[in-house]
Amino acid sequence: MITLTDVTKSYGAQRVLGPVTLEIPAGGVTALVGPNGAGKSTMLTIIGRLTEPTAGRVTVGGRDVAKTPSRELARIVSILRQENHFVTRLTVRELVGFGRFPHSGGRLSDDDRRHVDEAIAFLGLDALQGRYLDQLSGGQRQRAYVAMVLAQDTDCILLDEPLNNLDMRHAVGMMKQLRRAADELGKTIVIVVHDINFAAAYADRIVALTDGLVAEQGSPAEIMRSDVLEGVFGTPIDVRVDGAYPLAVYFR
Amino acid sequence: MPELTARAEVTASASRRRPPRVWARFAVLGLLVVGAAVALLVYDIPMDPSRRGFWLAVNLRVVTVATIAVVALCQAVATVLFHTATSNRILTPSIMGFDALYVVMQTALVFFFGGAALAATDGLIKVAVQSLLMVGFATVLYGWLFAGRRGSLHIMLLIGIVLGVGFGSLSTVMQRLLTPSDFDLLSARLFGNMSNSNPEYLPWAALIVAVVLLAVWRSRHRLDVLALGRETATNLGVAYKREVTVLLILIAVLISISTTMVGPMTFFGFIVATLAYQLAGASTHRVVLPFAVLLAMTTLLVGYFVLKHVFYAAGMLTVIIEFAGGLFFIIHLLRKGAL
Repeated sequence: MITLTDVTKSYGAQRVLGPVTLEIPAGGVTALVGPNGAGKSTMLTIIGRLTEPTAGRVTVGGRDVAKTPSRELARIVSILRQENHFVTRLTVRELVGFGRFPHSGGRLSDDDRRHVDEAIAFLGLDALQGRYLDQLSGGQRQRAYVAMVLAQDTDCILLDEPLNNLDMRHAVGMMKQLRRAADELGKTIVIVVHDINFAAAYADRIVALTDGLVAEQGSPAEIMRSDVLEGVFGTPIDVRVDGAYPLAVYFR
Repeated sequence: MPELTARAEVTASASRRRPPRVWARFAVLGLLVVGAAVALLVYDIPMDPSRRGFWLAVNLRVVTVATIAVVALCQAVATVLFHTATSNRILTPSIMGFDALYVVMQTALVFFFGGAALAATDGLIKVAVQSLLMVGFATVLYGWLFAGRRGSLHIMLLIGIVLGVGFGSLSTVMQRLLTPSDFDLLSARLFGNMSNSNPEYLPWAALIVAVVLLAVWRSRHRLDVLALGRETATNLGVAYKREVTVLLILIAVLISISTTMVGPMTFFGFIVATLAYQLAGASTHRVVLPFAVLLAMTTLLVGYFVLKHVFYAAGMLTVIIEFAGGLFFIIHLLRKGAL
């Protein structure tokens, strides 16, 4: 379970987030949505202790993020940012192996290797595991990063726009895999997604932010309403229920 | 999952095949280092090895070889660590103004006390004070600008560059006002020279370097993670700010030892580190660090030998290395096309 209590983030006089008080229950997929600059990534990185909040308190799994030793926290929560550049030249397998660092301290045991194998297989990277990251396409690289985070084997996984760079097939594949990780492995997954329809189709909960504040939160059925979405995104959105889940149509 | 295990075996055998290649590279460099060191020790001694005089001559040369070894260790390790700490492989530690600080200290000494002071104050106390000043400078700079609440690596680098330029200008002003003979004495100190080294200082330097290297070696896995940058390292549970601050202070210790021993060397560390990344055949610190050290030793030993016994100009060694290093740096930048 993740809790945020009166969390704010300001740069100088400009407040970009908060105050946010929010509870994300354990298990399932939670999607953070909202227009550009709403504070989704800021909130995610604050939960993942990559950004220090100006004020407020964050706990993950009952532990205060600001006070828990970093190594201990790395076994509870993992976070992946949108953009990753490494100066070190790494193969996919080496990268995924780094995900085991909080457990192994750098020396991979048989158990660590098994986790690496599983994470690689989970994202369908078997054939690419010996390739260097700079020899991969953007989408393949994105999957390798996610595999690293999965190998970290934390209860809570935070992903900032994991669908970046992915084509339709791989975007759907990624969401299915995240869904599987939540359902089969019992992970708590929080993702920032741009496409509201992916959130509606795969998430258990949607949290919508505008101007640094939580505007709406609830199940996809509760959020996927024309008036709610138009309030959040500030553009005309038509919601159609076409089969199993609602679909937002906003293209023209 | 038979398919998966088969693949795992393929990669396992691939990784089993890789170490020998890495070890072969190490063996070649190691042989070069040993060969060059032995050659430097015994070449061109006009005496028979059975005579006592021969071994006295060898003993004298041991100081030079040991100095070269310590300097190579310091420069290679410090530069690789600096690249890791900054997640950038173009920078060199001298960007932080270390060399400039050394220059300004030497210049001030001559400026205020005259050229004779340079030789008169030579000794363990002076080098100790110099090293302490440089490490103190670095600790204050890093502690304040990087580890502080609002600190950032980029601001720290920027301030380091500005201070370096400031020190440089200060030195230039003082040098303008020196008498030509004082200036001549001074400029001999401002280019690295293996024979500038003080044998009294050598065991202390070696001891400190050994302690630093032990600490570095013990944290080699964490260094691999640090090299992935702040966000990934933090995600993987490495206390980034603390680790990088400690690393920067260790770098300051290594560079100050090297600089007080033989004078400033700007590009030498950069060459050996860059070559090590390309030639070591692996990217972990476990491989790259020792490889860079061996490359550094090879370069210095072979260079010194050639200059001393072929061109009779041993004092030119660092000048030539800096020249070649500068060229290499520019070529590397142009080929890479970006910072």
